[in-house]
Amino acid sequence: MSTIRYTTDHEYVRIEGEAGVVGITDYAQNLLGDIVFIELPPIGETLVKGAEAATVESVKAASEVNAPVSGEVIEVNTSLQETPGLVNEDPFGRGWILKIRLSDAAELESLMDETAYLDFVKTLA
Amino acid sequence: MRYLPINENDRSDMLARIGVSDIDALFADIPEDKRLKQALDLPLRKSEMDVERLLSGLAAKNVAAGSVPFFVGAGAYRHHVPASVDHLIQRSEFLTSYTPYQPEIAQGTLQAIFEFQTQVAALTAMEVANASMYDGSTATAEAVAMAHRITKRRKALLSGGLHPQYAEVVRTFAQMSGDEVVTLPPDVFAAENLGALIEGDLSCVVVQSPDVFGNLRDLSELAAFCQAKGTLLIAVFTEVVSLGLIQPPGAMGADIVVGEGQGIGNRLNFGGPYVGLFAAKAKYLRQMPGRLCGETVDASGRRGFVLTLSTREQHIRRDKATSNICTNSGLASLAFTIHLTLLGEAGLHRLAWINHANAVELAERLGSLWGVEVLNETFFNEFTIRIKGDAAQVVERMAEKGVLGGVPLSRLLPDSGLDDLILVASTEMNTNADREALAKALQGALSC
Repeated sequence: MSTIRYTTDHEYVRIEGEAGVVGITDYAQNLLGDIVFIELPPIGETLVKGAEAATVESVKAASEVNAPVSGEVIEVNTSLQETPGLVNEDPFGRGWILKIRLSDAAELESLMDETAYLDFVKTLA
Repeated sequence: MRYLPINENDRSDMLARIGVSDIDALFADIPEDKRLKQALDLPLRKSEMDVERLLSGLAAKNVAAGSVPFFVGAGAYRHHVPASVDHLIQRSEFLTSYTPYQPEIAQGTLQAIFEFQTQVAALTAMEVANASMYDGSTATAEAVAMAHRITKRRKALLSGGLHPQYAEVVRTFAQMSGDEVVTLPPDVFAAENLGALIEGDLSCVVVQSPDVFGNLRDLSELAAFCQAKGTLLIAVFTEVVSLGLIQPPGAMGADIVVGEGQGIGNRLNFGGPYVGLFAAKAKYLRQMPGRLCGETVDASGRRGFVLTLSTREQHIRRDKATSNICTNSGLASLAFTIHLTLLGEAGLHRLAWINHANAVELAERLGSLWGVEVLNETFFNEFTIRIKGDAAQVVERMAEKGVLGGVPLSRLLPDSGLDDLILVASTEMNTNADREALAKALQGALSC
């Protein structure tokens, strides 16, 4: 079973082996509306937890995606350049944004698990 | 009109509200020695007629552009603006509208912006243009900031042919963005080899054509050098009318094209408001500053216009905005669009041709004078002459004789050893009599 953790800014990180797959949650994509553009970071960039990693632009707003954990960007989802709408359709699957090689797995402990995140979202309604 | 001056109570209420003890504390950021210590020495009262008389007397001391033979350019050009342009922009629908924050109810304004963008893209041979910037110099600084965003590099190289005031605006912006700006020394003969200076760490090379000395520059080879190094080529122009005749920067491979649009539709206006033009390759669309207007259809399928891609603007994204120039030069760009529409493609070409032909005639006339050498091999409507003597003094002497004979380059580039150079501009406004007057005044000033 894969580990998935969430931030209060509605990013998720799913652990797949050494890598963390990062994207935005279903709640976030729903709030943003139609996503029209995603600015991806260069591969090899070192990200610090909480720093800006990507930008998701919808019709009404441009929002930062912050790195949920620290590490090096090892892959970005280039198919988003052509079809940014994938983030709306399948945020946890084909709409992933980037993969990070975690530099400190202990950082995951500070993030919410699924139950905690879903409870957190309920408080926002 | 009612005029309600504030009293002491109002003043202390306001200071208390913002939590400042007295007026001096409010101005604490202004250095002590820059503050006025006593009241201005003004007469207590004067009648309206007296004031008019006084001010018109002061105004009469100016030698106005339209009142004498006029050959001053250097980034601001005196062209003919048809009366219909002023008439149309003064329609209240246009004149009173502010930047369209509720764009859907301003379809006429949006359509005008859409046409403007189309014209700018066509003129520069670029794929996209925005809804205008403040002026050519701020557009240039924004282009450098954009190159930084695209390339993630932080060093810009400015050609020695770039208008020095544009270079100064770029450097001012760079102080805030942290960009390193390398400015090459003045390049009177357009002889610098920019290609040899392109290193992998440069975000952009900024080069002007026609440059500040009037030389036309072929940017094709430089564009190839830039591309090979992942550096963006930013092409600048200060005289938009030149694009009616010369090859547009986009056709020579520029990545971003910026410039001053004042030359079409807008008078000299004492230095502003002007209109900055900004165009780029489509792939850089989302890194452009300012706003764009797009064409779409409404729910019933009817053609309509919308502001688009403004999600990166200041009012939405605040400190992360692409640019802090959030508005556009709406009325000035409208004047540009109306004038250019009236001219049409053939009209612009002809206007540009007349400008060039007049300038060639002038260059030949001046070049035949004793003590005058025309330095340019190529130019559009502005060129540099070298004279025997101090250019600033010579220009001053000509002004005393009622001829505004150009800009001494020492004024734009002090301490550069260019004290014997004058930048001379000629447009369709200059008659044969004007040229004769200039030649005579220059000859006279030189033999003093």
